[in-house]
Amino acid sequence: MRSFWRTLDHGSLRDIFLVCLADAIVGASFGAITVSGGLPPWAPITMSVLVFAGGAQFAAAGVVLAGGSPAAAVLAGLVLNARLLPYGFTVADTVGGSRWARLLGAQLITDESVAFTLRQHERRRRRATFWTCGLALFGCWNVAVVLGVLAGALLRNTGSFGLDAAFPTVLLALVLPSLADRGTRNAALAGAVIAVAATPFLPAGLPVLLALAGLVLAGRPAATVADTNPALEAR
Amino acid sequence: MPLLAIAVLAAGTYAFRLAGPVFRHRIRIPDRLQWLLSVATAVLLTALVATAALTQGQGFAGWARPAGVLAGGALAIRRAPFPVVVIAAAATTAVLRLAGLP
Repeated sequence: MRSFWRTLDHGSLRDIFLVCLADAIVGASFGAITVSGGLPPWAPITMSVLVFAGGAQFAAAGVVLAGGSPAAAVLAGLVLNARLLPYGFTVADTVGGSRWARLLGAQLITDESVAFTLRQHERRRRRATFWTCGLALFGCWNVAVVLGVLAGALLRNTGSFGLDAAFPTVLLALVLPSLADRGTRNAALAGAVIAVAATPFLPAGLPVLLALAGLVLAGRPAATVADTNPALEAR
Repeated sequence: MPLLAIAVLAAGTYAFRLAGPVFRHRIRIPDRLQWLLSVATAVLLTALVATAALTQGQGFAGWARPAGVLAGGALAIRRAPFPVVVIAAAATTAVLRLAGLP
């Protein structure tokens, strides 16, 4: 571990620290919002350790808190996390050769750890970056969720605090950077209209999945995927 | 959120993550699919924003909540720090409710 620290320059370490800090705030919001929304404390904590993907955690919990079925929640979470599949191939050589390194490293694959790893070009620094960023994020994220759960348990009557507005706002802040791409924005706006229009008629959870129909408006990739992968920003 | 649902979501997510490191020499993900998955992420999250901001159960959520989300979104576009964005949204909604808006 110590050689990892020496491999990384101060700039990279500072950037990783800042991302950890930002994610910790998102994690604390996740813990607080889900518990004050009515989930038992163990649910967000278990989810954060085992799923460890902010967007999917918010999505799944959001569907359940809106009264949707667990199946719809799982499906929404899995569609969101399908993007981790190409990430895994992108960083496969970096994660490690031994079986244990692969089993453990796989869980650390996130938007952030992949984005940071791809910024490095030398093999040794890539590995150091992936593991440092991945482990740091895993630690910060889960500690922050626990703290958020503790804080959320103290809050009652969430409506008068406006906390119901916090959940969609967190997601909006996460997704905004990826909407800079026009095709993505068109697909996302069409999907949002479809989902809201379908809400009065369908059971909770399904309208969000129906939004995927908006994908037909996405057009074609603007440039090479590595340069413009919007999901690298959206977590 | 039943434990089984969390377990299924976790197992599926881990499978997505592990496939690359395990099958790296045997499979290649087409660029087109890679791109489609990242757009699908944005589409789902945006739909969640819209439904969570505007609806409650199967009806309208009232004006206070979407107004708060809008305030937070405006700050986020101006690159305000994340905590400021979230607190501004919640505070806007709380104040509007205090003023009697549903």
